[in-house]
Amino acid sequence: MLAWTIYLSFAGALVEALLPKGKAGLARWFALSVAMLALLHAVGGFAAGMGHGRQIIVDIPWVPSMGIHFLLAADGISRVLVLLTGLAAVAGILFSWNVEHRTNEFFAFYLALIGGVYGVFLSFDLFLLFVFYEIAIVPKYFLIAIWGSTRREYGAMKLAIYSFVGSAMVLIGLLAAYTTAGSHSTSLIYLAHAGLPVSFQMWCFPLVFTGFAILAGMWPFHTWAPTGHVAAPTAASMLLAGVVMKLGAYGCLRVGIWLFPHGLDPWGFSFIGIGSWRDVFAILAVIGIVYGALVALAQTDFKFVIGYSSVSHMGFVLLGLMTLNQIGVTGAVLQMFSHGVIAGLLFAIVGRIVYDRTHTRQLAELETMHLAKRLPFAAWAFVIAGMASMGLPGFSGFVAELQVLVGAWIAKPWWTIAAGVGIVVGVAYTWRALQKAFFSDNLATPDEHPKTGWHDLGAITWPEVTGVVMLAGVSLFVGLYPRILLDTIEPAVKALLAGGGQ
Amino acid sequence: MNYADLFRATLPETALEIAALLVLVVDLGFLRKAALKSRVAIAALLGVAGCGAALWALQIQGNAGLNYGDLTLLGAGTYIAVAQTGILVLTALTLLLLIDSVFTRNAGEYVAVVLMAAAGGLIIAAAQDLLVIFVGLELLSLGLYILTAFAKSSGKSAEAAMKYYLFGGMSAAFLLFGFSYLYGLSGSTSLPRVVYGTYVASAHGATPLLYLALVMIAAGLGFKVAAVPFHLWAPDTYEGAPAPAAAFIASVSKVASFALLITISSVTLHFLETLHLHGIAVAIITKAGTPLPPLPIVHGFRSAWPQTLMVLSAASMILGNLAALAQSSVRRLLAYSAIAHAGYILLALAFFTYSPLSTNAILYYILTYGLTTIGAFGVVSVIERATGSDRLDSFLGLHKRNPLLAAVLLVLFLSLAGIPPLVGFWAKFNLFAAVLTVSAGPVPFALVALAIGMSAVSLYYYLQVLKRAYVMAAIDETPINAHPVTLIVLLAIAAAVVVLGCFPALLQNWIVSFYR
Repeated sequence: MLAWTIYLSFAGALVEALLPKGKAGLARWFALSVAMLALLHAVGGFAAGMGHGRQIIVDIPWVPSMGIHFLLAADGISRVLVLLTGLAAVAGILFSWNVEHRTNEFFAFYLALIGGVYGVFLSFDLFLLFVFYEIAIVPKYFLIAIWGSTRREYGAMKLAIYSFVGSAMVLIGLLAAYTTAGSHSTSLIYLAHAGLPVSFQMWCFPLVFTGFAILAGMWPFHTWAPTGHVAAPTAASMLLAGVVMKLGAYGCLRVGIWLFPHGLDPWGFSFIGIGSWRDVFAILAVIGIVYGALVALAQTDFKFVIGYSSVSHMGFVLLGLMTLNQIGVTGAVLQMFSHGVIAGLLFAIVGRIVYDRTHTRQLAELETMHLAKRLPFAAWAFVIAGMASMGLPGFSGFVAELQVLVGAWIAKPWWTIAAGVGIVVGVAYTWRALQKAFFSDNLATPDEHPKTGWHDLGAITWPEVTGVVMLAGVSLFVGLYPRILLDTIEPAVKALLAGGGQ
Repeated sequence: MNYADLFRATLPETALEIAALLVLVVDLGFLRKAALKSRVAIAALLGVAGCGAALWALQIQGNAGLNYGDLTLLGAGTYIAVAQTGILVLTALTLLLLIDSVFTRNAGEYVAVVLMAAAGGLIIAAAQDLLVIFVGLELLSLGLYILTAFAKSSGKSAEAAMKYYLFGGMSAAFLLFGFSYLYGLSGSTSLPRVVYGTYVASAHGATPLLYLALVMIAAGLGFKVAAVPFHLWAPDTYEGAPAPAAAFIASVSKVASFALLITISSVTLHFLETLHLHGIAVAIITKAGTPLPPLPIVHGFRSAWPQTLMVLSAASMILGNLAALAQSSVRRLLAYSAIAHAGYILLALAFFTYSPLSTNAILYYILTYGLTTIGAFGVVSVIERATGSDRLDSFLGLHKRNPLLAAVLLVLFLSLAGIPPLVGFWAKFNLFAAVLTVSAGPVPFALVALAIGMSAVSLYYYLQVLKRAYVMAAIDETPINAHPVTLIVLLAIAAAVVVLGCFPALLQNWIVSFYR
């Protein structure tokens, strides 16, 4: 059932590419129905998989001479992330309802990207996973370069090169793992069992982990993220922050930690308190959390605030992974889901609801527009999204970040303390952006600021309302009843941390 | 050996030569008054038919090589048959691209020269003897010089041909010089005996003569595959030659040259592996009957040639990819990318194993690369005809001017960049996996890492072209029309790139099937 998410998306992309030009409505509705159908399959697969461990979905020999299989499977982690992808895909289409330029091509690239993302989350063959991972790069480039805004060609190329360099590192690790394990199979399950030598894991782990973590926005390789997010059209930045960054984090977990568990072992010596790759990456994650939050605090562009906040929130995911304990890693997976929903919502509000009406994202200009009065829906949606993003109890982010912090405390208490600083700053930048963009009343009357579009910002359309309600509702629901995801995530994390033996 | 053997062993080459003469007769004899378009079409189709006939001849020829006494002159079967089939198919594709071209009025001569050069390619792919190798290389090269100069009204074409000819003549001289040393060392021109002879001569430490000979040969063959630092002809030739000729140089000539490198590597390794296995060179001189004295194991003999290749490979990967970044002409960009691709393949030749693993990976790579690059030149030639230039900016707005052509360009360039699930990615994966399977030390690993890192660089310049085709606004939106045959050929190539990429086992199984 889950496999159909992939097939549907790619088939949808192909049909979109062949649709007649100029029929924007048709392209939109078709894309929405494909994404809805895929979401239904994702939900169905999630529901059907409850209480089950890893299930093989498809296993067909693909390149028999090299032991490569078309192997799709799902465990709890995959199911949750597939669900997230489905939600983000539908929401993204709702928020790109106003794309009029080359609409069918837009949705063709969009659905191809979604198909690649589904594929990564469901692949249990390292090679297949890599193929899907790379398939996702090209549509991202074109989505940003063609339909983007600020410095779009620069942002798109930067993103493409960063992604490709990251995947080159992964490919080197893939080849090395494949040949070291005897060139028999690229199945993740096989490789996890293969007993790769510890010395090999020691150097291969950081390579693969960094390769994936580039896409997860790990400091100091995060610089593609803010520029890419800002340049991207709304739907693409929703997907970038919502699911594409999760591809990286998922790869870190599924490939990095699962295949090379001994890569995290202590080196046997310590240098300024750092004694293993685990320390190295945890420190980078903590730096990312604090740095992302501090930089977000200083931004003048509304979208950059959200862009840097993504770096900060993804730091929690990476920190959670590096705790290597049940609660921390579970929190990391839940944070992937939570951040996917919340970042999608934030980007939708900033990029679609606000920017497409005001044509500015400068906080200084937004300050003069009295948006709380003129776009109350946007203001209150942002209040909700901002609360979720700050990690207020009742929203999904709270449960996730709490678990990560508890896990980090168990591992090394100072990680938690440092990350806590990030949370405090997180409250500050969200509040600052909220105040400046919507609730500023210190400036200007309509007469003094005759900006274009001042008098009529346009009514909020139904796709926007639907999208906001859907994403905010999901975040709230998961926040109030986290068991719905945790019950699925926990056994999978347990099995994964126990290594290949499970 | 009698003439019947000779005839049977060279049946495909003969078919090509007959087709070449036939084209000349038809074109010059019967079609002198016909319109140029129909002359070009008929000549191209006759050429394709000639390739078909040669393919058929290849089938019935089976595994009959050509022996003189106990020396093999031409091999047959296994990887040789794969390379020869590839040469013929790629030649036919470049001929089909000719139908749309207007660079010459001498269609018959063009096709005849292409077919003769292809015959040279077939000989190179099969050659097992220094002299036969040289004859084949010259047959191919002379054809290529003529083809490069075929656009008589274009100054660039003449310049390119002159540069190509001078470089080529020089490198042929180097090659012959190296061969003469090898002959002096070993007393034979047959490859297995050359290896045996040089090995015996190196029994007390490799002689400087051998190293000199190897460097000379590396220079000669490095020129053919456009490896750095023997690559200088490539950008000019790719830029100046008429598009179908450039496609021929970029594909067929490369396949033939790499088949030759495979021959050299596998003959050497076959000898060494037998030696290390049995202590004596049993398998070398099969028909002589006299048992040979045991040979000492000479250290360092094995590493000289791979080390040379490694240097060429690393230099080609780095320089090819970095220089391509700075190009504003798409043909020159393709030339530098060809240099980079040659670097990847040389890596697999440096870490070569006698088992079919390496050979298959290299063949897979070079055949799919040839196919893709022919398609790329096809697109470039259509755009050149419409806009008069191959600058990056002539690709502006291609997705509006001809969406199909833009889609073909997208597929081909992404495949060249190595994006899955296109065939270029499989080729790279296969190749690098072969390298690491043969040797997993730090050196091959570092070189593979370099190659993969460099292919990340390559995405940038391929995207520069695609960006103009898809992203940037068009200056001129008049539609570009491609000749239907050209368009069908290009679509077929793009479809093949996608299908072979999605089902990589197809081509692998096909290659393996020649070993049964």
